[in-house]
Amino acid sequence: MKEISFTLNNELRSVYVEPNEVLLDVLRDKLGVKSPKCGCERGDCGACTVLLDGKAVRSCLVLAIEVEDHSIVTVEGISADKLSALQEAFIEFNSFQCGYCAPGIILAVTELLLQHPHPTLEQIKESIAGNLCRCTGYTPIFDAIMALTKVEHVPSQDGKQMLPEEEQQ
Amino acid sequence: MAIAHEFGYERPQSLHAAMTMKNSFRAKAFVYAGGTDLVVNIKEGMVKPELLVDIKDIPDLHKLCLDNGTLYIGASVTFTELIDTDFVRLACPMLHDACKTVASSGVRSRATLIGNVCSAVPSLDSATPLLCYDAVVHCGSIDGVRNIPISQWFLAPRKTAIRDNEIVTGISLIIPKEESTSVYLKLGRYGGEDLAQAGWGIWMNKDRQYRVAHCALAPTPARATKIEAMLCGKELTDKLIEEAVALVPQEISPISDIRSGKEYRMYVSGVMLKRGLKAALDRLNGKEVEPAKLLGGIS
Repeated sequence: MKEISFTLNNELRSVYVEPNEVLLDVLRDKLGVKSPKCGCERGDCGACTVLLDGKAVRSCLVLAIEVEDHSIVTVEGISADKLSALQEAFIEFNSFQCGYCAPGIILAVTELLLQHPHPTLEQIKESIAGNLCRCTGYTPIFDAIMALTKVEHVPSQDGKQMLPEEEQQ
Repeated sequence: MAIAHEFGYERPQSLHAAMTMKNSFRAKAFVYAGGTDLVVNIKEGMVKPELLVDIKDIPDLHKLCLDNGTLYIGASVTFTELIDTDFVRLACPMLHDACKTVASSGVRSRATLIGNVCSAVPSLDSATPLLCYDAVVHCGSIDGVRNIPISQWFLAPRKTAIRDNEIVTGISLIIPKEESTSVYLKLGRYGGEDLAQAGWGIWMNKDRQYRVAHCALAPTPARATKIEAMLCGKELTDKLIEEAVALVPQEISPISDIRSGKEYRMYVSGVMLKRGLKAALDRLNGKEVEPAKLLGGIS
């Protein structure tokens, strides 16, 4: 066992870990942070996404011992005082049903919006291509993000302008 | 799923310290950077390391630079870093294309090109630019440095020319001085995350020289030397492209697996080569090309 310290959701936390403990398990079972979900456990589904030094990563493929002196942010961290604008948009657009994929998608998109405040639909799709959702069919997720980032129009493949408002109807 | 297997973890601060650990533990020490392959392999019992040597604190291994016609990529440089670096895209468009097709953004922000190259799976997207740009793999150990041409690196599926006391410190690509361009086409079953059913990389210059490489179509990624020789010096006409496509069956030996049948891989390779050659020519003539759109389907 080794004691490691790292910043978790803007608080300095210390925890004893073995080298073979993955970050997802330590967050959930030792530190009580339950928003990262355990899905495929092999990096395919994105349910365990957390931000490591601001980058969306798979916490099921990160060893806990290596985050010493680094920063981890989960959904608990981005909504400590109140829900983020992105979370509010997800509620407004009914963007999740069972909710299992939601923390991962919210963090992946949070990272995207830091780099691209006004992403294209393609950039949005690319950013969550590794986050599986089996309920929504993704459309309400795209709608929420596009409405939030005020994407005025997205040229569809046949060249017509597709307004987000029209998509919702 | 917790990891049942127990191992040690070290985070050396210098390359020499890392090489010393690798030398004493040999094959029982695994170099650890992104972990996106290695942690899965440990979880599933495919490998049982005694020691993980985390190389992410070693500054020498995080170098990424373009110097005097050589693009150097250090061992801990991630795919995201490569994609976001302008001089990589400008110097080696095929590498930029290929990096964008690897897994998903959440994996690419950790996964490294060198880790990918060391995994040596047949479907290695990043291998085609390395083959076309005559890359050299730099292997370091306490015995010294070995520089291995990429053409001698891939020995068999998941097997490379590395020795058990060596660490791959970086990889160098030779960027041609003359005006040239390149493109990488990947076919997956869907956009995002899927491994390649087939991948084709094409490089060309204004002197009508061509380099062609493929992945997921043979035991290892490889150059298509017969096609290159046939194309060499000739203007890229529709007739010439048809002649190149006719050589595809002599260049590849695809198998059937979960992602595709061998007959489909053989057929679609001709389509990909044709569109890839045209796309490379378009790029050479200054047109914008988005490789993900060249094969249709959903993105």
